[in-house]
Amino acid sequence: MSNATFVGMPVFPTAARDALEDAQLRHNLAHATGTIRAKRARLVEEVDEVSDWEDLRLAGAGVKEQALLTLEEQLLQLERTLTAKGATVHWAGDAAEANRIVTGIVQRHGVDEVVKVKSMVTQEIGLNEALAAEGIAAWETDLAELIVQLGDDLPSHILVPAIHRNRAEIREIFLRAMKGVGRPAPDDLTDEPAVLAAAARAHLREKFLRAKVGISGANFAVAETGTLVVVESEGNGRMCLTLPEVLISVVGIEKVVSTWDQLDPLLRLLPRSSTGERMNPYTSMWSGVTPGDGPQEVHVVLLDNGRTRALADEVGRQALRCIRCSACLNVCPVYERTGGHAYGSVYPGPIGAILNPLLKGVGNPGPEGEQVDSLPYASSLCGACFEVCPVRIDIPSVLVDQRVKVVDARRGNGAVASLSSGHLAEALAFKGAAVALADARKLGFGERFTGVGLRMARRLSTLPGLSKWAGTRDLPPAPQESFRAWWKRTDGGRSEGER
Amino acid sequence: MGAREEILARVRSALAEVSDVPAPPPAPRRTAVDDVVALFTERVADYRATVVRCTPERLATTVADALPADAAVVVPDGLCVPVERATVDDGSLSAAELDRIDAVVTEAAVGIAETGTIVLDHGPGQGRRAITLVPDTHVCLVRTDQVVLDVPDAVALLEASVRQGRALTWISGPSATSDIELDRVEGVHGPRNLHVIVVADDGEG
Repeated sequence: MSNATFVGMPVFPTAARDALEDAQLRHNLAHATGTIRAKRARLVEEVDEVSDWEDLRLAGAGVKEQALLTLEEQLLQLERTLTAKGATVHWAGDAAEANRIVTGIVQRHGVDEVVKVKSMVTQEIGLNEALAAEGIAAWETDLAELIVQLGDDLPSHILVPAIHRNRAEIREIFLRAMKGVGRPAPDDLTDEPAVLAAAARAHLREKFLRAKVGISGANFAVAETGTLVVVESEGNGRMCLTLPEVLISVVGIEKVVSTWDQLDPLLRLLPRSSTGERMNPYTSMWSGVTPGDGPQEVHVVLLDNGRTRALADEVGRQALRCIRCSACLNVCPVYERTGGHAYGSVYPGPIGAILNPLLKGVGNPGPEGEQVDSLPYASSLCGACFEVCPVRIDIPSVLVDQRVKVVDARRGNGAVASLSSGHLAEALAFKGAAVALADARKLGFGERFTGVGLRMARRLSTLPGLSKWAGTRDLPPAPQESFRAWWKRTDGGRSEGER
Repeated sequence: MGAREEILARVRSALAEVSDVPAPPPAPRRTAVDDVVALFTERVADYRATVVRCTPERLATTVADALPADAAVVVPDGLCVPVERATVDDGSLSAAELDRIDAVVTEAAVGIAETGTIVLDHGPGQGRRAITLVPDTHVCLVRTDQVVLDVPDAVALLEASVRQGRALTWISGPSATSDIELDRVEGVHGPRNLHVIVVADDGEG
């Protein structure tokens, strides 16, 4: 089985244009994001009836923020507690180092296959490809990941990675690909979701029962108790975490929380924000090795891979609070239309648009640098992502800050010209806005011309150069008077209608 | 410099200018309810798990009724109720052997009303994790005095188990997936049937 990768993806506008032409994809996305959005909204309402969702968000954000700002202390504590409970702790500065560590452990046990729990971080580091290069098969066991893997495809959503496939396509993939890698799909396979899920159960069960090594990520790592947490639905996670003799967990250093009781707000926020359930079917928690229960050799690989770069960014640091719920994807008007592939990363959507440049840095040369630099522009800055984020990441502010950094970096290395002209025009417009907004008198002066400006812009939008910017934006009709003029005339609305 | 020292040095330098770290605000509690157990059974049923209530006297019969006819059954050591013809797990059954067993009966550590969740801490009467995972039916006994209102109550109660190094499994309904067109399907890899029996406290109706 080959492994598709995101390497070589075009910049966002190009990738998005292709995605927009796929009617099936747009239909699937609209259905999926709409369904989860509605489920989440109902549960937030339910919480508000008996408690306070906003206070819960504040608590969740506070827990993650505290851990990030004391990260060194938390990591050292986590290392101590894990080690005391029988786990072996490894540190990996980047993807290559993490892959070497994991591959080495697997090889020492002389096996040629591992079972995997769905994990964003192992996709981020390309672990499956690294294992494949050493002749080790990594079996994805989450149903959606299995569909993606068997279809030699790429994930397109954090929570439902095969959101872009419909049932007929999934049936085709199962019939074609299962037989090559294990128990074949039954000949009479239909496209009923229950039948397809049963085929996946039968196909994977033999792999679970014989697996010697399991690989996972973690949703949370509790420094105080050395406890790792995996949140899931299908039970494939429990299988991978329980049945193998050896368990390797790759954990981003931002996953740490300080104390055991701090799991509380996060366990209440995550499932409601993610799948729109009060609680997900299964949550597994383990602290090192439990004698006589589960894997007796437990490894934890603590991974940086750009996280300290993001941590050093005062504005962007908050992105490391992300608990990978994907609520921001489901409300994003851009994501809903383009889907996840256009972002060229395992982290798509609004959070991906800030996380990728923060982890990888901006202004890097070559097509990959261009691709990353295009992501902060993949947003209309509508703010819906911030509103739903369970840990209150102000994504719009970080997007704007990242745009500034992209322009600065490109100017710094003489590469502004290589940034698409639309972005440059916008950068200049924002510069103008900064000057005007910094001074109230100038603002008043500028506002008086907004009506004139909008009327001009409507005409100018057909001109070359500007058409790119205006072609994707609806300009509002020019108002008859400015806000300030209205305020002055009506005494702040108190004498409205006395025109 | 090794990766560990490098990462820690980068963390230190990234946070060099951070001086004061605010404590997280306390998480809000939900308002109390009159009947926590009723809320628990309602929320468990929401997940399409089977949930029944019974008295301690009726427990053995209720368990027998919950098991599929002629099922091969495994139980953990120390289970509070006798189950006829059941194999008592001594830790030696392999995953493949467990796969040939139809059902498992266990107790639980905590029940959470708000979310309809049962939590196992895999102590006596609950057994190691594999026995509640591989068989296709899980019959789980929860005493009414084990049911708490919400997640923070459960987290507080479970702290002692975690400090002892026990693993925890939180279960909210049967295994499920929505990966195909967001159609919810109950039953993928974990037990496809979850049968919760809420047992009245001694002295309670």
